[in-house]
Amino acid sequence: MMAQLVFYVFATVLLLSACMVISARNPVHAVLFLILGFFNAAGLFLVAGAEFLAMLLVIVYVGAVAVLFLFVVMMLDIDFSRLREGFQRYAPLGLCIGGVLLAELVMAFSNWRMVPSGVVAPLPVDPGLSNTAALGTVIYTHYVLLFQACGLVLLVAMIGAIVLTLRDTPTGRRQNIGRQHARTREETLELVNLPLGENVFEQGGFLRPKGSYYEVAVPGSYGAGEPEKTETEEKGA
Amino acid sequence: MAHFFYQTFVGQILLILLETLAVLVPLLIGVAYLTLMERKVMAAMQRRRGPNVNGPFGLLQAFADAIKMIVKETVIPAGANRALFLFAPFLTFSLAMAAWAVIPTGNGLAVANINVGILYLLAMSSLGVYGMLIAGWASNSRYAFLGGLRSAAQMVSYEVSIGLVIVSVLLAVGSLNLNDIVLAQQHIWFCVPMFPMFIVFFISALAETNRAPFDLPEGESELVAGFFVEYSSLAFGLFFLGEYANMILMSSMVSILFLGGWLPPLGIAPLTWIPGPLWLIFKILFCLFVFIWVRATFPRYRYDQLMRLGWKVFLPFSLLWMIGTAGFLMATGLLPHMGGVN
Repeated sequence: MMAQLVFYVFATVLLLSACMVISARNPVHAVLFLILGFFNAAGLFLVAGAEFLAMLLVIVYVGAVAVLFLFVVMMLDIDFSRLREGFQRYAPLGLCIGGVLLAELVMAFSNWRMVPSGVVAPLPVDPGLSNTAALGTVIYTHYVLLFQACGLVLLVAMIGAIVLTLRDTPTGRRQNIGRQHARTREETLELVNLPLGENVFEQGGFLRPKGSYYEVAVPGSYGAGEPEKTETEEKGA
Repeated sequence: MAHFFYQTFVGQILLILLETLAVLVPLLIGVAYLTLMERKVMAAMQRRRGPNVNGPFGLLQAFADAIKMIVKETVIPAGANRALFLFAPFLTFSLAMAAWAVIPTGNGLAVANINVGILYLLAMSSLGVYGMLIAGWASNSRYAFLGGLRSAAQMVSYEVSIGLVIVSVLLAVGSLNLNDIVLAQQHIWFCVPMFPMFIVFFISALAETNRAPFDLPEGESELVAGFFVEYSSLAFGLFFLGEYANMILMSSMVSILFLGGWLPPLGIAPLTWIPGPLWLIFKILFCLFVFIWVRATFPRYRYDQLMRLGWKVFLPFSLLWMIGTAGFLMATGLLPHMGGVN
């Protein structure tokens, strides 16, 4: 009884959140309902005894894919009045597609025969194995080629995405850590031996003048003020 | 009595409740004293005293802070999305608590000793992103939003390397059960043969919990306080509790995966007298000390450096190490038997 109750709770929340995904006005709310839907689907997997799939669903879809969705949707600047503008125009097309899908679903379900008892096609593994081990045995022995092919398709997709988005920007100030580490002291730092007591103002240091800053500044330097005057002096020299 | 707890429906639910309390109450007290420990340890490292007024050695400071936080006014910004704004801290807090269900504190001593325990932990920690992301978005503030986006990007990036590190540990164990992972370290802790992975995992754990030097989501110098700028009072307190509970959780993951969980360092007489849960607590405390030590020592990373470290250094390295581990185990015939212990 307990398992059935849990199943119905998960299934109800799943269906409700699926409805909310398409009916929510705010796209961020829609994505959050989608995530709730994923989560409840994982719960259904758990009830069915497929704990590995349940955890994987949460880790991959909820933890990674949906985060990227949310990322994009949160940054979108959506004008709702413009969104509703096209509704009249696209309604017939949408209805057509929806009708075709509905018809297909009805056809598929009317020809679906439920096998009354037990397993349809028993897994070619030892039934005593745990969920994860059984899945691993099937994937890595019987279907290893298909599995590798899937991996290859994903790899190609990943490389494609990187190639499409990677632009070489020569203007950016990119850090080259290797070069930074390869620098030596000689290239970057120069130590100068100054004779003691020279280049020090009588009235105090350059940074800490005793009197007013302008009074102690070297005549004609920037610190003395009146930049126009220094310019003319330079010209004269 | 035993019949009531093990056979009847009400008894079982009562038992689960008691077990949950037995984990959560020490955890929350631990969180309270972790904040005190952080302040005391950092004070000692900076030659200060730290909190020393409330109670002997400042031991009541955590409770004083808690009371102060609770009695403050809850402020909800006018433009905020109220429901999500209040939901986010609850999500963060409850996820941080829920993850503790599978942590074994002794041989088989866990609230739920499930087959896919390590995946459950990974799932819970990956869900933690949502608390921050929702908080950042619902606050309707630019600083909070930037903080939320940063934390999401950071956590997703470092989860990848955490996943690969876990896979290389699992290759040597042959089971996803946390209990089996600890039992597999009876002869040698995994931090010895997999020392580089231990370091990678620890640094990723720092990034995953948004701790210094990776505390960019709340970088005070740029984002005021990151995703929880707009929060006050109890809502802020829930974030705070969740964050520190996550620190303890990550420390316990480090202890279980690499430091032998509840096992003593050597299986000889004086060490085996100390009960297992105490060993686990010692190891967690050690990890937490290093967390704090790192915070007192290192300056904050720049954002592009953080991403570079995650994707260009840790990811290839842990991938290579994983393949190396698999190859080594295959070549030496040490690969655990199919299906593991369970």
